[in-house]
Amino acid sequence: MIEIIKQPWNWAVAGILSGLIVPALLLLGNKKLGVSSTFRDVCAMCVPSDVPFFNYDWKKGIWNMFFAMGLLLGGFLATQFLSYPHNIEVAEDTRTLLSTYGIDDFSQMMPSQLFGFENLFTFKGFIFFILGGFLVGFGTRYAGGCTSGHIIMGLSNLQIPSLIATCFFMIGGVFSANVLLPLIFKFL
Amino acid sequence: MQNIKYLIVGVVFGTVFVKAEILSWFRIQEMFQMQSFFMYGAMTTAVSVGILSVWLIKRFKLKTINGEPITFENKKFSKGQIYGGLVFGIGWAITGSCPTSLFVQIGSGFLAITLTFLSALAGTWVYGRFKEKLPH
Repeated sequence: MIEIIKQPWNWAVAGILSGLIVPALLLLGNKKLGVSSTFRDVCAMCVPSDVPFFNYDWKKGIWNMFFAMGLLLGGFLATQFLSYPHNIEVAEDTRTLLSTYGIDDFSQMMPSQLFGFENLFTFKGFIFFILGGFLVGFGTRYAGGCTSGHIIMGLSNLQIPSLIATCFFMIGGVFSANVLLPLIFKFL
Repeated sequence: MQNIKYLIVGVVFGTVFVKAEILSWFRIQEMFQMQSFFMYGAMTTAVSVGILSVWLIKRFKLKTINGEPITFENKKFSKGQIYGGLVFGIGWAITGSCPTSLFVQIGSGFLAITLTFLSALAGTWVYGRFKEKLPH
């Protein structure tokens, strides 16, 4: 059994389990899945700075902080105890494309050539950690939710604004991966 | 202690992200290059299961385990879903991370990603600070 769990999971298993998070949170306490709101809660908790957007009772979001700590712990436990040494499965075409960017280390989930410690304070690091991270935080808050809040929770509740957000997440991503990233790699 | 149950659900979701490699930058590139069905399959399945679950909860007026009613709110349309959506999409393809992945990646031992996380917090803060000046 444990050997089967240790194999990489296919998309249907991942999809079914992710989908079940929605009713699990609703049934456990009428909670709506949405991870990016924890970022707002952390800001409200640590640096509210008299900004109206951060002056609210962040304690109501404590349950979500526990959920996020669960994500962290899940990442730790699954990597420690359920990992299976293999190269990351990447579509052949993607692998070929990435090698033209100089990314050919597929031994870890995150390419060491981009997300290694040695890149932290370089121009490359500025793009991939700092600029990229900023866009993720700014964009999800501006859009009122992220992949879990809009794509999974919002679409499950048939919300048109979530469908619109989902479409623009995808448009932004396709543009970024096909137009911006090739440009960025040209200058790195 | 009431909140430990949410931690456990988080552990399950985090495990899925690791075992299906959804936290991987490579998966996100495959998806946006339209060279793999994996993420599309996973998202479509997740949403289908979610739609069915929400429908069942509404249809049978299910209550929480503590007997409270389960409520749903409608989201309001704002242009933020368009502009913010595009901005997040661009960042998603660069970092390979959505907010959920950021937590899972750090837990998995990619400690350098803490910088991405801090930067995402900064992005959230800057949005809050300049919210009134942005088109919605």
